[in-house]
Order: sequence, then C-alpha cells, then structure tokens
Amino acid sequence: MSEITPILMPKWGLSMREGKLAAWHVDEGATIAAGDEIMDVETDKIANVVEAADAGLLRRRVGVEGEMYPVRALLGVMAPESVSDAEIDAYVAAYETPSAGGDEDEAGPAYQFADLPAGRIRYAERPGEGVPLLLIHGFGGDLDNWLFNIDALAEGASVYALDLPGHGQSVKSARPAGLDLMVDTVLAFLDHIGADKAHLAGHSMGGLVAGAVAVKAPERVASVTLICSAGLGEEINAGYIDGFVAATGRKDLKPVLLHLFKDQGLVSRSMVEDLLKFKRLDGVQEFLTELAGNLFRDGRQARQIAQALAASGVPTQVIWGEADAIIPPAHAGALSGAKVSVIPNAGHMVQMEQAAEVNRLIRDFIA
Amino acid sequence: MARIISMKDAVNEALDQEMTRDPTVIMMGEDIVGGAGAQGEDDAWGGVLGVSKGLYAKHPNQMIDTPLSESAYVGAAVGAATAGLRPVAELMFVDFIGVCLDQVFNQAAKFRYMFGGKAQTPVVIRAMCGAGFRAAAQHSQMLTPLFTHLPGLKVVCPSNAYDCKGLLIQSIRDNDPVIFLEHKNLYASTCDVPEEPYAIPFGEANIVREGSDATIVTYGQMVGRSVEAAEMLKKEGIEVEVIDLRTLSPIDMDTVLESVEATGRLICVDEASPRCSIAADISANVAQDAFDALKAPIQMVTPPHAPVPFSPSLEDLYVPSAERIAAAVRKTMEN
Repeated sequence: MSEITPILMPKWGLSMREGKLAAWHVDEGATIAAGDEIMDVETDKIANVVEAADAGLLRRRVGVEGEMYPVRALLGVMAPESVSDAEIDAYVAAYETPSAGGDEDEAGPAYQFADLPAGRIRYAERPGEGVPLLLIHGFGGDLDNWLFNIDALAEGASVYALDLPGHGQSVKSARPAGLDLMVDTVLAFLDHIGADKAHLAGHSMGGLVAGAVAVKAPERVASVTLICSAGLGEEINAGYIDGFVAATGRKDLKPVLLHLFKDQGLVSRSMVEDLLKFKRLDGVQEFLTELAGNLFRDGRQARQIAQALAASGVPTQVIWGEADAIIPPAHAGALSGAKVSVIPNAGHMVQMEQAAEVNRLIRDFIA
Repeated sequence: MARIISMKDAVNEALDQEMTRDPTVIMMGEDIVGGAGAQGEDDAWGGVLGVSKGLYAKHPNQMIDTPLSESAYVGAAVGAATAGLRPVAELMFVDFIGVCLDQVFNQAAKFRYMFGGKAQTPVVIRAMCGAGFRAAAQHSQMLTPLFTHLPGLKVVCPSNAYDCKGLLIQSIRDNDPVIFLEHKNLYASTCDVPEEPYAIPFGEANIVREGSDATIVTYGQMVGRSVEAAEMLKKEGIEVEVIDLRTLSPIDMDTVLESVEATGRLICVDEASPRCSIAADISANVAQDAFDALKAPIQMVTPPHAPVPFSPSLEDLYVPSAERIAAAVRKTMEN
C-alpha cells in the first residue's frame, strides 16, 4: 500500500471547507511529474489550477468533474504498474476523508501572532529546513494573498507570510504609516523567528518593502524576489489606489478589484466581501489613507529602490504579470543584474493567477 | 479570520468595545446588570438571556438597572441622547414598545427634523424580536414594519453574528435613533467574527448567495431559511440569489432592483405579519420600478395575519419554513 500516493482536494486557507473539482488535466495512465498542472479546483472564493505535489503514474481518477468534495477528499490515486487494480480498489474503498474543521492538525496550521515594537503582527508559518523564505504582501493585501504559494514553497524551505502593520489582522495603530514602519517590522519579525538571514519575496508594495530591507540590512537577506513590485519606476495606477482607499461598499470596491486580475472572473462575491470585512475594521481607513499619501500620491511612486538594491549585492529576481494594470510591466527591466521573468496570462496578482509558474521561479531561485 | 462566536457573544463584545472606546456610551434596561454586586454570581444575569453578562464588572459607571417601567427609562435614554450621551436602552422584548412608543416615534424620531437639524438623538433601542422561541403572542412579534413606517428612525435586524457586531457598533456611533432588533432564535448561531471592532455601514444589503434564476429578498431569521430553500432548489437546477437587507431603514433598493433585473423573479420573505410588511414594501417598489424586468408575478412568503400561536406545532406552521419558501420560488419558475 505504501506505493500508493493519493491526490487530495487541497486546502487553500483556513476557511476552506470544500471545493469543486472543475476539470481534470491528466488522464488515467498518465505519468505525472511533481509540479505538473493536474486539475482545476474552484471554491466560493477563487478558482485555481492544482499542481501535483508528488510524481507518479495516475492509475485512478476518483473525483468526478463538476462535483463538490470536502478538503482532503480522495480525488485520484497514483501508483506504479506493479500495484494491482484490486489493491487500488481496496485503497479507494478504505480511504476516509479527515473531518474538516476538526482538530488543528486537520484544519491546517492556525495563524500565529508576534508582539513586535510596532504592535501585534499576524503571521503564518510552514516549518522546514534551511534559510527561511518570508512572503510580504502588497498594499491593502494580507498573508492570504499567498494562498496558492505558501504550501507549495514549503516543500523546499521553511516559509513565513506576515500581515504588514495596518493590514490583515495586524496592528492598525502603528505610525507613521510608511516604508520605514514596514522595513523595521520585517527586520523585527526576522528577529522574532530567530532568522539571521532570510529569502524575501514581496508583491507590489511588499516588493518595495523587501528591497528596502535588503538595502538597509543586506547581511540579513539571502535573496529578493520582487513580484509586480513597487519601487522600480514612477507610474502606478492612481485610480486603483484611490478607488481602493475610498471604497466603502461592494458596488464601489468590485470595479476597483477587477484591475488586479487578467481573468476578471476571479473577482468573486466572496473575495469582495472578505476585503470589505478588512476595510471595515477600526483604523484601517485612516492607515491606508496615510500610507497611500506617503507612498503613492497622485499616481506617482514616492520611493525608489532599483539603484540602491542593485548596489547592495543581494541576488535579485523580478517577476511580472504581462497584463499588470496596476504597475506597468515595463518596470521589470529597471533593476540591473536581476533575473527577469514576465509571465503571460496574468495581471497584477500573478502569484495567484499563475501560481505554479511563480512557485517554480521562486523555488529555483532560492535553491 | 478564524474565531467563531455566537451572535449573543457578538452583541456582548460590541457593547463592551464601544463602552471601552467611548465613556459616553451607556446602557440602561431591566436586569441588564441583574443583581451583580450582590452576593453570588448566579444573581448577575446580564439581561433576560444573559446577553450583557460580565459587562457590569468592566463598566460599572456606564450601566444602569432600571425599574420595570419602559416608559420611564426609554424616555430617559432619549433625553440623555439629546444631552450628549450615547445610550443603549434594552427593551427586552420588542413587544413591549407599546408603553413607550411616544418617546420613540413622537420624540426621538422627530427631534432632528423639528429642530432644524440642530438636535442629535444618538440613542439605540435594542430589543429581542421574532418567533420560534415558544414565548407566545406577547413575546414573539417582529414588528419591523411598525418602525420602518416612521421617518426619523433607523431600523436594523441582523441575520448572523458577524453582521450583528458590526451593525451594533455602527448603531451606537450613528447620530440618529436606531431600533436594533435581535432575533432571539439567532443568539446561538455562530460564525467567524473578528475580535477587532468594525462598523458595517447602514443601507448596504448583503448578497448572501448568488444565483441567476430568482431573487429572494429577506432579513433576520428568514435569511438562513432562504439559504436552506436555495440549497434545496439547487438540486432541482434552480439557482437562487439570496439578499439579506441587513437594515430596513435605510433600505438598499439598488441591490434589490439590480438583482431582479438580472433574474426577473422576486420572492419576498418576511417573518413580520403580512399586511403593510417589509415584503409588501419591497414588492410594491419593485413592481413600480422594475415591472418590465419581471418574468412572473412577485411572491410574498409571510406568516398568516394572526398572532403568534403558543402551541409549538402551530408556531412551527406559522413561521415561514424553507419548504414554503422553496414552493414560492418554484411558483415563479412556472412562467
């Protein structure tokens, strides 16, 4: 039986209980390599393609396209030719889906909190070996922006994702709301987790933060991956920034969020609702207003890092969504010495829209 | 988020956080302190169902247990609001509004208008509402239409713990009189609720579930039953959109009209008595403003025009069930 490898319904974030198997991309009898795109899964929040966690021969497609399955339900079975059909039948019959929302192990790791000088910071941790990787979200985002990345990346290293001050479930009262606060918080967080050195990957404003951390403390940063990053040019979509800050309801927020994706169908009712839940928290409106004023006033980026980061000697790579409507993909070439990848069929949220490709680029770069 | 609490605890947390944030927020009502300070914890009820339990210990100077006289303390709360406090008066059961209605509809609701906008009356009147609790005709009414009829009042009736906390905080911060109705059957219902304070703006309906075939518009306890009906209908291939109004004054007709324009079918589900109800109001507005979009006559699902029965079997028949809601949706699908 140990030769049998199950393919399970993934769990994207703490709140996911079930998902729809929208489509299979592999047939029975196909040889699958780890990282191959094997199926599409949809939840009430988002749809995405699932990469194979393990390599193997697909012997059985248990999940039916179009059906809903609980998290960790058995969707497929991989096994070498030497395993008989009867053994696979027995495995499928004996498989029991762990109950969702049960004890912590089954529900997936819970969020953690760190009390830093800036205040309370929420983070997620996936333990592993070696130099850790820290994921830093962008303006108005939170650690769940790495929903499709954190588990896949954890196969190669220990991975952390945090909520920056003013974001997610982290402290809202820290001031002044600007780049220095973010940089100091990231450094304090590295201290908190006992990391002398870390790989940093930042998305959008989080890229600016990651780059600024590397400039300020190059000895603490093993590498920097900048994804659709701020800080590499002047232009930024002012309509998005101002619209996001000003929106108070579904009707004004949804059109703004459409700018984030190439496939605008990904902006679901539930995604809009989750962001409204964040924006309604006391202190968020004030924080974002101040932060946008300091970093992105009138559609111009106030802080630039390309030159100083190139001079820091820290290895860098730049990843961009070709259809990014927030920060122009042309900025991808601004950082000299960086490895640059521009990914087609993706907008600003390239780490969600083309998660498999972004995960591969990050894994290869930090390996 | 990942903190699941009940609607009862959400009310308690909202009151606690607002009294902490703003010392002018005070609570008054019958048994809201409930003998705390006397010997024995058992005595400290924190209201008839324990909603305000534990708050007196934290905010002893902001909570007043009143005599059993709604006309006195609701009047006092309205007066205190005009004088600069933000009182939250608890009416226990909304059915008791009769003895203090003048203070609400002829005083609190009129001050801003009659004093040329110079008077503010930031009072919240919290009360339990609704049937299904085996509490008989005098403790089970909705009465929501009674309040929406009156200009100058804001009327809120949440359907879940998350909305309840955010809407109660908004009610307390609002500068107008708010009637805040808590369905007693929902107190035990749970969902994810952030620990941090947050306010949900009034007049923004929540699309609980998306669907392209028909639109159910509802609020309060009927939201859950409508979602249940929608799940039943999904198995029959009917995709129903469910809109939770959240606030009845102001009311988010834009969201309702937009949805009906897309689906062409409207089912109004209301736990209040049918005549001049929220269901009748929504139906009339849609008939006036989106008649051309309708593919079938509007359906209203309400209790019969009768007092709430005490007999449990009759009470269960009185309150609209998921089956009745589903039947009304199917009727619109015949066209």
